[in-house]
Amino acid sequence: MSRKITIEPVTRVEGHGKVTIQLDDNNQVAQSRLHIVEFRGFERFVQGRPYWEAPVLVQRLCGICPVSHHLAAAKALDVIVGAGTGHGLTPTGEKMRRLMHYGQIFQSHVLHFFHLASPDLLFGIDGDPALRNVIGVALQHKELAVQAVMMRKYGQEIIKATAGKKVHGTGAIPGGINKHLTAAEKDFFLNGADPMNIDKMIDWCHGALDFFKGYHAQNKDLIDKFAAHPSNHVSLVRKDGAMDLYHGVLRGVDANGNKILNDVDCQTYLDHFDEEVKSWSYMKFPYLKSLGKEKGWYRVGPLARMNTADFIPTPLAQKEFEIFKAYTNGKPNGMTMHQHWARLIEILHSAEMMKELLNDPDLMSGELTTKGTKQKEGVGILEAPRGTLFHHYRIDDNDQIEMANLIVSTTSNNKPMNKGVNLAAKQFMNGQTEITEGMMNAVEVAIRAYDPCLSCATHALGKMPLEIKLLDANGKLIDKMDK
Amino acid sequence: MSMVIITINGKEFSAKTGEMVVDVARKNGIYIPTLCNMEGVIPQGSCRICTCLIDGRTMAACTTPVSHRMNVETNNAELEKIRTTIVELLFAEGNHYCPTCERSGNCDLQALAYRFNVLVSQFKQIFPTRNVDAKNPKILIDHNRCIQCKRCIRRMGGSGKPAWFSFKDRGHKVKVNIDHELTADFTDEMAQKAMDTCPVGAILKKEKGFDVPIGRRKYDTEPIGTEIEKEGAKL
Ligand code: SF4
Ligand code: NI
Repeated sequence: MSRKITIEPVTRVEGHGKVTIQLDDNNQVAQSRLHIVEFRGFERFVQGRPYWEAPVLVQRLCGICPVSHHLAAAKALDVIVGAGTGHGLTPTGEKMRRLMHYGQIFQSHVLHFFHLASPDLLFGIDGDPALRNVIGVALQHKELAVQAVMMRKYGQEIIKATAGKKVHGTGAIPGGINKHLTAAEKDFFLNGADPMNIDKMIDWCHGALDFFKGYHAQNKDLIDKFAAHPSNHVSLVRKDGAMDLYHGVLRGVDANGNKILNDVDCQTYLDHFDEEVKSWSYMKFPYLKSLGKEKGWYRVGPLARMNTADFIPTPLAQKEFEIFKAYTNGKPNGMTMHQHWARLIEILHSAEMMKELLNDPDLMSGELTTKGTKQKEGVGILEAPRGTLFHHYRIDDNDQIEMANLIVSTTSNNKPMNKGVNLAAKQFMNGQTEITEGMMNAVEVAIRAYDPCLSCATHALGKMPLEIKLLDANGKLIDKMDK
Repeated sequence: MSMVIITINGKEFSAKTGEMVVDVARKNGIYIPTLCNMEGVIPQGSCRICTCLIDGRTMAACTTPVSHRMNVETNNAELEKIRTTIVELLFAEGNHYCPTCERSGNCDLQALAYRFNVLVSQFKQIFPTRNVDAKNPKILIDHNRCIQCKRCIRRMGGSGKPAWFSFKDRGHKVKVNIDHELTADFTDEMAQKAMDTCPVGAILKKEKGFDVPIGRRKYDTEPIGTEIEKEGAKL
């Protein structure tokens, strides 16, 4: 006997995407909604747990970006153990953490670009679905596929050397890190046999950028226009305005480049951000208080970071940054598909940062941890691959976590993704009464540009579990498609 | 003190009268798995992991004193089955989430599960509702992970000394109680000793955890018991 199993939100961590598209009497798209079944239960799970357990516990939120949660939690706890934020750690503590973080950005972005995004570019949004996947890339563009695998492996090995394991390690502890880098590890990453060394990785980053830029030149319409829209952008930046993915102040700019969040201290994020709850979505909608619910939504992630940062503090990525900025005459870039371009610039920046760190003797010796006067509350914010990630904890007199608040990047991008879906739906579905595979993929491409973690569970196969419903003007279901 | 001769796994060893089988085996490089037993602490034989075939009967090696011409078999398929079942029962009975526990890699219960290759429990998880007692400034007890082995009670208190730890309630509700008044001025050393006494992650020293990196934890490189067996190989 066959049985239908319904997976409720409680059993899934950020699981399934659902899109409903409502048509009007003339079969034009009237409204579209992206529902993401997101599981916020971790904020409850951690209550009552000893605070130093949080970095290891909350990373279980996700199988794809655990390192980001691990580090964001550790950063919040740095504040609680009185180690301060960012530069408050010992040089070894901060640099090992950074190395872990850049390894994560590197491998996550590589996975996203090569495994998830490149099939759409190589085979077209409505290309043959039998080819338009990572296997198709492997068959027809072998060198790209090999690079993707090796680059991802390199990033994962960095994570293993710093966190102890490729997935769900324990390296970051409140106030620092639990290990040094060994001489053998350092040598492996710097001078490993081809291709497993940092110079080759940097080479390949350039190769990926060239590939993208070449594609862009040939496909301006798709890359510049697909689901493009102006928006606000938010990210951390270093105090001097440089891109900094690990630590900094919060900056927001609007579509014209005006500062709407002026380099504020992370500990004060609640003064500036709020979250709106909507009846039709499990996921909240964060916004900037100063602009209000209607206008205060913003994008986070690679594109946002290109728009907030004044410069990139590594030379090769800075050159690419200048090309990127010149494309919009220095104005904020709202072209959704440029997320991919931005992501590739960040891969290069991460590789350069890894090289710099690997050559730093502080990784191999020095105090691992530090602490000071204990605090009751701490906020840890970093730039995860997909965007700004907020972790906030408060502890009671017994060292147990009393309150946790997490804002993951996918949540910040909730409104922008909805906007992207709407634009894709209008472009591909106006006048249509049934859903084709190409339309379905167009909606996916708009969502995929954000690399949301709703694809966590099935990331590796390049498929996101998505269901699309098409409703007529009376709300009657006229077509449905899922995969 | 008189000496006796006993046979363990077909080999003869001399031992002092009054010594427990488990201790004689250990001294001679033969590993008998233990959990509630701890060297130097009065044995109580409650967990039965150390069950051996002694003169043809299954008995707890930690509470059975040697006698002259005793014959001990420490391992066979049936004993292995008994031990595996005990480990599975312990996992089903508590809330043991190894991935987020700071004793992972350094936990006797987990190490035994690995040694016996326990991948899933044949018993249904009970998922009991238990709490964390963190009122003491130096240590906390996570009742979710307590296996009621009483090692803390026997080693950290006992005859003459004040009862820092004791059992409260009975049956399936039994739990370790920590006397908050008596332990209010626990030193760091006492806290560390309490944590080291606990074979699992139930007693934790506060504000420090996960400081040993993966790969360097007690059971990361060798299964539990290997140390004893290595000594045995040298003899
Ligand atoms: S707290 Fe630890 S040592 Fe004490 S009874 Fe429980 S498991 Fe045994
Ligand atoms: Ni994730």
